[in-house]
This record gives sequence, structure tokens and C-alpha cells, in this order.
Amino acid sequence: MNLTLKVWRQNGPADTGRMVTYQVTDVSPDMSFLEMLDVLNERLILDGDDPVAFDHDCREGICGMCGMVIDGVAHGEQRATTTCQLHMRHFEDGATVTIEPWRAAPFPVIKDLVVDRSSFDRIIQAGGFISVPAGSAPDAHSVPVKKDDADDAFDAATCIGCGACVAACPNGSASLFTAAKITHLGLLPQGQPERASRAVAMVDQMDLEGFGGCTNTGECTAVCPKGISLDVITQMNRDYLRSPK
Amino acid sequence: MAVTGAVLVAFLIGHMLGNLKIFLGAASFNSYAEWLRTVGEPAVPARSLLTVAEIVLTAAVVLHMWSAVSLARRASKARPVKYAKRRSQAGGYVVRTMRYGGVIILLFVIWHLLDLTFGAVNPKGFDATPYDRVVAGFAPARWWVTAFYVVALAMVGLHLRHGLWSAFQTLGLAAGRRRRFLDVFAAVFSAALVLGFVAVPVAVMIGVVK
Repeated sequence: MNLTLKVWRQNGPADTGRMVTYQVTDVSPDMSFLEMLDVLNERLILDGDDPVAFDHDCREGICGMCGMVIDGVAHGEQRATTTCQLHMRHFEDGATVTIEPWRAAPFPVIKDLVVDRSSFDRIIQAGGFISVPAGSAPDAHSVPVKKDDADDAFDAATCIGCGACVAACPNGSASLFTAAKITHLGLLPQGQPERASRAVAMVDQMDLEGFGGCTNTGECTAVCPKGISLDVITQMNRDYLRSPK
Repeated sequence: MAVTGAVLVAFLIGHMLGNLKIFLGAASFNSYAEWLRTVGEPAVPARSLLTVAEIVLTAAVVLHMWSAVSLARRASKARPVKYAKRRSQAGGYVVRTMRYGGVIILLFVIWHLLDLTFGAVNPKGFDATPYDRVVAGFAPARWWVTAFYVVALAMVGLHLRHGLWSAFQTLGLAAGRRRRFLDVFAAVFSAALVLGFVAVPVAVMIGVVK
């Protein structure tokens, strides 16, 4: 396969950045999207050019490091798939592919397609924790959890914090991420002591970081590589409204 | 957004049901309009209900717009560099009409008040009975007024389609199995409300109500 890539290049946070066009030849349909970028980068390095910087780690779709907006869709058009698990067989030979970083003020570009997602860490620090007595591990069944609650909490906990929800949201809101964390902890008995303060603390931090407000467009859940449901935002709103301010 | 929207939806329900009295004849429609002005008398002064409604509605509209503007401003601040290419994945055409649709609805409400409340742009003017104003305002020769009303009401319907669902979600009501029900409810309710409103100008235009 041969592709034309239009890639966002930005030397650093202070640079204004621009789209640069590259040709990539001999791409195998079995390659992942990141492997295709590896091919491009090997050639750029051989030519003495600066390789395109992008985030990646496990390449198994579970770490949440990779992520770019491919042809206008976060992680590409394939549903419930991270960029590293997106394969080139979903693209047509000769296609032009536009690649951009997540675009949000709280996700400043570090270089090219790499953005700084520390704002997510600070949202977690604000309330994404539980109080546990330190010591030896408790017996497995000492705290019973209803099967439904365990399932829903686990669904929310599959959030890998990649930031695609923010990238896709027309408002640049981090509601799906924040709500997934609030729901994950709030549905379990271990998460109850902080439940009342958690939603307010995390939502306040989210607003403080400069994320936009949720208008329930559903763009986030449509691109989420883990298929996190809008139900978590319902849960966040409930916890937020119920907590004493 | 959700709370002020709920106030406005409650008003729309009453407004739509009141409008339908026109099909019961001029006497029924005019006496209903008169009742709105005299309800509660003599315990409370004339126009008490209307004055309270006017104050609450004006406050709701202003706060609703203030919420919308602050959300839009936060959104534009949250994404200073726009995407070169962006494709929606949620398939929500209605969602994209919310902001400009809201402006169209505001302009419509201004025209509507000038037309049927103050009579400024109505052929019969302020002194005619409400029934006469409606019949004259939507006369077949003034088909463009009816057309404008229908387009604006369709906008109201689209606005409610997303607005209702969104309000349920904001207030934390739309979880799990209830989400699907509330989504369908928002669609059916919006359609029913718009049909109820559209019925009156169209009936006058085609001569069912004279």
C-alpha cells in the first residue's frame, strides 16, 4: 500500500505548528497504524530529517499512551480501537490520511503528535483514590460486592485515560474520563467514604484545568476505545448533585 | 441549562394546550384568554398569573442564554487550535442545531410577541380579540407568516429533542435502562408538542379555522 500522510508537525510547545505532507510506500495491510508511522520515521531518520514524535507504550491497546486524531476521528474510524490496534487494512491504497494531535488547551502539544496529559493526573489526584487501612491484604470475600455493581464498576474501570473523549468532544470536555473514574470508585463499598466529596473535588479540578462543559453530544462514547458508556456521566451528575457543597 | 429549560418546557406545554382551544370556537378561545387575565380575582389583582409567568419566563430565558453563552465560551477556550479535519461520530445532527437554533428561536419569539401579544405586526392590531388576531395573522394571503412559524416551530422541536434528553442526563436521571426510554420519550414529546403548535397556524391558513 502507498499512502499520502498529512501530519501535524510542531517543534515544541511554543511553535505554532503546521501540516506537512509525506508519502509512505510499501505499507503492509497487516501493519498497525503506529508501525506504519515507524516506517515513515525510519525513512525520515535515514534522510536526516526529524522523525514524527508520537506517544506509545504497550501497543496492545491497554496502556492508553497512544492516540491521535486520524482523518478527523480520535483513534481513527474503527470503533472501540486504540491507534496501536488500528490496522492498515482498514485504509484504502492511495488514500490521503490526516493525522493531528489531541486538540485541547489542557493537553498542550509537547512535540508533533505528543500532548501533555498531566491535567488528567491532577484530576485523579483531586479525588480518584480510596482510603484503605494499610497492612496485610484482606480476605477476598470480606467485603461483598453485588454482581451488577461489580460489573458496572469494572466497565468504568476499563478507562485507560487516553484522552480520546476530550479530543472528540466539541466542547473539549473531560466529563467521560472524570465520570468513569468517579463511577468506578463510587459503585464499590471501598469507595464510599470519599464518595460525597469525590465528585465535587474531581469536577472542580476538571473545570480548573480548563476543560469545557458537557453538552451531552455523545461524541466521547462514540470514539472511546473502551466503549465507556454515557451512564458514567449520569452517575457523576448524580453524585455531584447529591453531595453537600 | 436543564433547570431553566424545564421551566420553558412547562410553559410550552400550557401554551400549546391553550392554543388548541381555538378548535373549540372563538368564544372558548377568547374566554380562555380572558380567564388568564382574571384568574384568582378578586383574591389577587388582575393579571397576577400573567405577571408572575412573565417574570419567571423572562428570568428563565435570560439564564438559559447565559448558560449557553458561558458553555460556548468555555468550549472555545478549551480548544484554541481547531482541527484541520473533524468528523462527528455520534451522528447527532440535532446537537449541531442547538446554538444557532436557539438564536433562531429567540428571533421567532420576538416576532411572535410583536405579532400576537402586542399586535404591532398583526393586521388587526392590539385592540382586536385574540381569536381575530390569530385568524387575521395567519390568513391565507399571509402564508409567509405561517411558513416562518412552521420553520421556527420545527427548530423548537429539534431544540427540545436534544434539550429534553440532555436535561434528563444533566440531572442524573438517564442511567441504564431508563436512558433508552427517556431518549424515545424526548423524541415523541418534542414531535407531539410541535404538531400541537403547528396545527393552529396551518388550520387558519387552509381555512379550517375562520
